Amino acid sequence: MSSIRTRLFIILIAATTLIWLFATAWIYLDTKRQLQHVLDTRLMEAARMVGSLVTSGEIALSARAGEAPASIPLPEPTHVGYERQLSCQIWSFDGRLIGRSSGAPEAALSNETSGFSEQEVGGEPWRVYAFADRDRGIRVLVGDRLGLRDRLVTDLVRGLVLPAIVVVPLLAFLIWASVGSGLRPLRRLTQGLKARGPEDLSPVSVGNPPSEIRPVVDALNGLFGKFAAAREHERSFTAFAAHELRTPLAGLRTQVQVALAARDPEIREGAMRQTLVAVDRTSRLVRQLLAMSELDAVPDEGEPQDIVVGRAIEDIAASLRTSHTDVGVEIDPALHHTTIRMNRELFHLAVRNLHENAVQHSPAGGRVRWVLDSSASPPVIAVEDEGPGIPEDEIGQVTDRFFRGRHRSPVGSGLGLAIVDAALRRAKASFVLHNRQGRSGVRVGFGIDVATG
Amino acid sequence: MRILVVEDDAVLLDGLKVGLGIHGFTVDAVASCGDARAALATAEFDAIVLDLMLPDGSGLDILRELRRRQDATPVLLLTAKDTVADRIGGLDSGADDYLGKPFDLDEVAARLRAISRRAAGRASPVLAWNGIELDPGRRTVEVDGKPVGLSRREFSILEALMRHPGTVLSKDQLADRLYGWEEDVESNAVEVHVHHLRVKIGRDAIETVRGLGYRLRSA
Repeated sequence: MSSIRTRLFIILIAATTLIWLFATAWIYLDTKRQLQHVLDTRLMEAARMVGSLVTSGEIALSARAGEAPASIPLPEPTHVGYERQLSCQIWSFDGRLIGRSSGAPEAALSNETSGFSEQEVGGEPWRVYAFADRDRGIRVLVGDRLGLRDRLVTDLVRGLVLPAIVVVPLLAFLIWASVGSGLRPLRRLTQGLKARGPEDLSPVSVGNPPSEIRPVVDALNGLFGKFAAAREHERSFTAFAAHELRTPLAGLRTQVQVALAARDPEIREGAMRQTLVAVDRTSRLVRQLLAMSELDAVPDEGEPQDIVVGRAIEDIAASLRTSHTDVGVEIDPALHHTTIRMNRELFHLAVRNLHENAVQHSPAGGRVRWVLDSSASPPVIAVEDEGPGIPEDEIGQVTDRFFRGRHRSPVGSGLGLAIVDAALRRAKASFVLHNRQGRSGVRVGFGIDVATG
Repeated sequence: MRILVVEDDAVLLDGLKVGLGIHGFTVDAVASCGDARAALATAEFDAIVLDLMLPDGSGLDILRELRRRQDATPVLLLTAKDTVADRIGGLDSGADDYLGKPFDLDEVAARLRAISRRAAGRASPVLAWNGIELDPGRRTVEVDGKPVGLSRREFSILEALMRHPGTVLSKDQLADRLYGWEEDVESNAVEVHVHHLRVKIGRDAIETVRGLGYRLRSA
């Protein structure tokens, strides 16, 4: 499992170690260079000093051959570790060793006449500075062991690296702990999410989330909110649908029981007729529920087609005509010359439910009129009924699902106008509803981008 | 038994009215809270069948008003909402029984008989008085162990008298139990039915209290 903590830890530790190594290498090389320079200068100075001392006669040399070389006093080093750093030899031009410091090898440190050279003497590499005094015929060689120089650098670097080795585990622990504490809000979020049950859609709370986590928390809460709303919507829709179906089913069952129990043929016939009405109503309710869930499921506006409005309304009204209604239907002639572009199914759904709604709310012998109001902007296609109208305080609620106002029709479900509204919304047409002026009844319809032909 | 049915669905209301009529109840049917209040103000019912969701309010409001008036008329709630919480709410508001839709018509009738029996404080479903036994469920009457055939109206009058033995019931009260509002009542209808009843169950069984009405004769 890849964890952010482990990843961050590895990255941080690797980066720290790398930077450290880099710095150490840098310091090592730089120090070595500086030290070289300093020590070389010292060699040079020492050589010149010895030279000048010989010249001034302060150092006596064994001038004759076969005589032991004179001892050249060099300052005793105080640091034990680096004792006898410098070695000095004085050679005559004819190749005799005429003086050397104590501890200096007997073999020549360098073959050069003057300047720096490196040479292996007695199995050890030496760095030597040669200084020639032509007046006196001597060559002064001052050198030190390279091994000693390297030890100096190594000791210096070790002084740097050792604390680092001790500190790295401590640093690792600190990084591990601080990464952990930095990720704590994330861990709390995870624990919170893990702990909730499948039904729990309440917002996540992480106290005061840091700005990096806040978008995640907000997005999650947004999602939970939407999900909860959708589920609640679905749940209430299902519950309502079940309730709405139970009453007509109870009516059906009761009427069938009456028909079975009645001995009087008139009562039996009446019960059969009521059964038929109940079946019609129930199937209409089921159709509306299906329409509603279909409208919910597909949110796009569909393929628009040219619809001749008058003709289409005529067809729909004819298909809805039943033997037991005596409500007249009138269609504005202007609608026969009106063509709109709308998805046919959505248009059908809207008009069918508007028409059913108008007919159901009409009194016996009433009249339902489909009109085109071209004075409105956009023009409005609407149906007018002669029913009781809708109380003004209920107008905002008529498109709520299953809402049935005080002036409800005896056979409604409270879904008709909700379907109209949903269908129009999908067709991107506006829903228009108001009580009629000057007489009871409602005008309800939709605004259109009209293409009058 | 005269009952009031309050239900806004026209088909179901019609079914209950006719169906409970077949079961021997006298049914008044109304479809709104307003009509129910008017009915309760003008007549007395042996039981009420109440829907909860009505166009102009909740059936529970009617129920609470009834109980606030100390009216103990048995109430059977009929509703599409029948979760446990709904049932508890209904019963705690003063309902005597609760039935979820859809229901069985025979069960509605049986429950109506049961709650009115409980309301009258009787243990046995069979009404008995001086050798007369009336079974409201099976709609049978026996006098001294022998079955007697009664018409619907005669049965209703005898049932009303036997539910209140020893109490005088006026002609109007009896007519109320026989006829719903939509039925025309002839002025002497009750007298005619009592007359037929006396022929079938014995002349002395029903006593006329002059100027007041009828009662079952005490032993």
